[in-house]
Amino acid sequence: MSLYAPSSPHIHNDNSITKIMLKVLYALIPGILVYIYIFGFGVAINILLAIITALSCEAIMLKIRQRPIMPFITDGSAVITAVLLALSIPSIAPWWIIFLGTAFSIIIAKHLYGGLGYNPFNPAMVGYAMLLISFPQQMTTWQLSTPATFIGLPDSFKFIFGDHTPAQLATDAISGATPLDYLKNQLGLSHHVSDIMNSSNVFGLLGGNGFEWISIAFLIGGLWLVKQKIIHWHIPATMIGSLAAVATLFYVIDPDQYASPLFHIFSGATILGAFFIATDPVSAATTAKGKIIYGACIGLLIYIIRTWGGYPDAIAFAVLLMNMSAPTIDYYTKPKTYGH
Amino acid sequence: MISKLFKFKGGVHIPQHKESSTQLAVEPASIPKRLILPLTQHIGTPAAPIVEVGQKVLKGEKIAQADGYVSAPVHAPTSGIIEDIGDYPLPHPSGMLAQCIVIKPDGEDRWIELKGHSGDYKQLDPSELRNIIRSSGIVGLGGAGFPTSIKHNPGPDRVIDTLILNGAECEPYITCDDMLMREKSREIICGLLITKHALQAKRCIIAIENNKTLAIESMQQAAKEFADRNIEVVAIPTVYPAGSEKQIIYTITGKETPKNGLPLHIGVVCQNVGTTAAVYRAIHHGEPLISRYVTIAGDVKQPRNLEVLFGTSANDLIEQCGGSTADIRRIIIGGPMMGFAMQQITIPVIKTTNCILIDAGQTKDLHTRQYTMPCIRCDSCADVCPVNLLPQQLYWFSKAQELDRIQEYNVFDCIECGCCDYVCPSQIPLVQYYRFAKSEIWKRERETQKSDAARDRHEFHQFRIDREKAEKAEKLRQKKAALKIKKQATDQSNEIGNNDKKEAEPKNAAIVAAMERVKAKKAQQKVEPKNTDDLTDHQKKLVTEIDQRRAEQRETQVSNSNDNAKMDNKEL
Repeated sequence: MSLYAPSSPHIHNDNSITKIMLKVLYALIPGILVYIYIFGFGVAINILLAIITALSCEAIMLKIRQRPIMPFITDGSAVITAVLLALSIPSIAPWWIIFLGTAFSIIIAKHLYGGLGYNPFNPAMVGYAMLLISFPQQMTTWQLSTPATFIGLPDSFKFIFGDHTPAQLATDAISGATPLDYLKNQLGLSHHVSDIMNSSNVFGLLGGNGFEWISIAFLIGGLWLVKQKIIHWHIPATMIGSLAAVATLFYVIDPDQYASPLFHIFSGATILGAFFIATDPVSAATTAKGKIIYGACIGLLIYIIRTWGGYPDAIAFAVLLMNMSAPTIDYYTKPKTYGH
Repeated sequence: MISKLFKFKGGVHIPQHKESSTQLAVEPASIPKRLILPLTQHIGTPAAPIVEVGQKVLKGEKIAQADGYVSAPVHAPTSGIIEDIGDYPLPHPSGMLAQCIVIKPDGEDRWIELKGHSGDYKQLDPSELRNIIRSSGIVGLGGAGFPTSIKHNPGPDRVIDTLILNGAECEPYITCDDMLMREKSREIICGLLITKHALQAKRCIIAIENNKTLAIESMQQAAKEFADRNIEVVAIPTVYPAGSEKQIIYTITGKETPKNGLPLHIGVVCQNVGTTAAVYRAIHHGEPLISRYVTIAGDVKQPRNLEVLFGTSANDLIEQCGGSTADIRRIIIGGPMMGFAMQQITIPVIKTTNCILIDAGQTKDLHTRQYTMPCIRCDSCADVCPVNLLPQQLYWFSKAQELDRIQEYNVFDCIECGCCDYVCPSQIPLVQYYRFAKSEIWKRERETQKSDAARDRHEFHQFRIDREKAEKAEKLRQKKAALKIKKQATDQSNEIGNNDKKEAEPKNAAIVAAMERVKAKKAQQKVEPKNTDDLTDHQKKLVTEIDQRRAEQRETQVSNSNDNAKMDNKEL
């Protein structure tokens, strides 16, 4: 009689990729709910569209690549990519934006590189960068962040699928530049930061009006992920920390020209990026020291691009740039082995 | 008193499953019909049999002796007749066959006459203690099976500051040390005192995981009786692999065993509680090591610990625990984390067998690996690695067979504890990859050694051919010289007249001179003798004899060649 004799260890905990991805999704829920509460149902429709596109593309690619479909389609990674991309684009963008972006993320940035675990770049951010470069107008027209612009479900549908904006909602009245974009433009016209902030209702208490609350919700979800040990504290802490540090430095030097560190942290996608995007394990640095360097460099790059670069927000480019450097960072930050 | 424990990096919390096998007191297992005793129950050279088939042996009689320094003898676990000496399957991951002595017990279980040293071990010299321990066949019972007498011999210059008694037993399911500490705490402490004396250790720490409250109590009680201020029972946190030697040393002392080094290099010796009890029995009662506590756990009707004679088949033990609860799928020797699965059920218990774990698909925890997904570099593995490696990097390199890179990432520091594997969300068999990489590296090293030897041989061959060519050329030159001299001589004889007697002398002188030159050249080219540093007297004698013989041969060759030269001259 010959028994089954595999190599040790013979037991395994019940962790799985699906469980990890599900927890990440749970952590995104508070932010998504606040988003819907403030801006209406556009984002929800986008998320659904993105998930459907992502899973379809994933299935097709797995089929083409002759990989087993069930274990990979249920791992949840494509869903995370879809949700992150949907959260990054304007909630009133036409449907083909999210469709193109998600398809690009899954097909080009993920599967052409070898699928789950093999993509050197964060797929959602590759999709985002492609969209931002190809369709700058659609990608920078955001809903105005005042409670008056809450868009209900039917109108959201019209925005996303319709050819025309709903009659009662003139596009100009409900959409405009994001707070970061607005600030950048106004600074270009040599206004002072404090004057700019007082002059427009796009700014709120901490960052962009409305966006700040979404950020706080994402922060809560992110902290829960750290507590659940799904992500490590290193990347979010050092990313926000370094962004805050440089912002403080310039703010102290000249508060008229440079926005406050709080504004930088709670505007744009800083919090979402710190806890959910930069922490993507596949494309990030993996050693403890490496994560610290990786996070800090992203924070620094965000500030540089926001302040002196050509784009108002910079999460995608900062993350993609650091994705490139991750293997090198890992190589030089090997931990000291026991007894060495 | 120990003031502070150190927390080693990593580790995992695993459901322990230790209650079920600690319900019943330990009883001796019944003597089976046949005992199969492998000659390799330890690390090192296999023991050499000193009995013959058909011979009658008594319980405790030595049946195989240690062969070399790192080796251990084997004793008969009961009285009986040697039935066979031959190859049987070993409890080894490879399932290989090796030489075993098979005893057919006679049922009398009659002891050989024993000589103990009760009470007076302190009068014995540490080296005498070591000799008794060695001849009693005691090896580390924690799992590695390293001969204990060697561990007790740190060398004259080493000071052993701390002797750690390892009662951590961190693997799930295994409870044999736990039961031993509960039931035989006095024996353990006595053995500890002997070991302390043998090592001249300054202090002893008995480290037990804090989930074994009864064992801790029992050991504390026993330690109190002996009233040695330098013995202390310490409860350490329950986290796997707290009982691994490197980790337990760090927990107690905060020191790391240097790479490629031994614990005694940092003044620490670590010993398993079972080994210590065996030391006590060897010194006080003169009993050799013939049995041990073994946990039979998992899917058996009555999981428990038994005191098992070495050579007893796992199958017999499962029967004594009421049999398995369903059809056996896997049988694991050792714990679920580091033990190895066997292909068959009839393998014998040896000195290092601490647990027999049966998987019949009934215990949810023992489920087998799910579908393996790709690595997502989540780093959970690095978080739990107790030696601070980067398991996922090792995995990538191992998969790509980048053997140089994987060594750069210290694959040989991996203790194969399985923590990374246990937590991997992709369920990748990581440890298997590291084992593969290690064996590939060993294979490559062996091949390099082989090809080095072949190259050396080839180079020497080439050297010999060149030398022979040079010698031939030299001979030719000599001939020519001789010819020249002869010519001169003939010229002279033409001038002076016939003078045969004088003729030979200058020729010979020229030849001798030429031979001298060859000799000098040879001496210059002479290869340095290899491996002559550590020769025994006998070998040295052989070498001088051979040298002499060679010298003689050389002389006869020289005279022969002289003769040849003469003959050549004559022919000319």
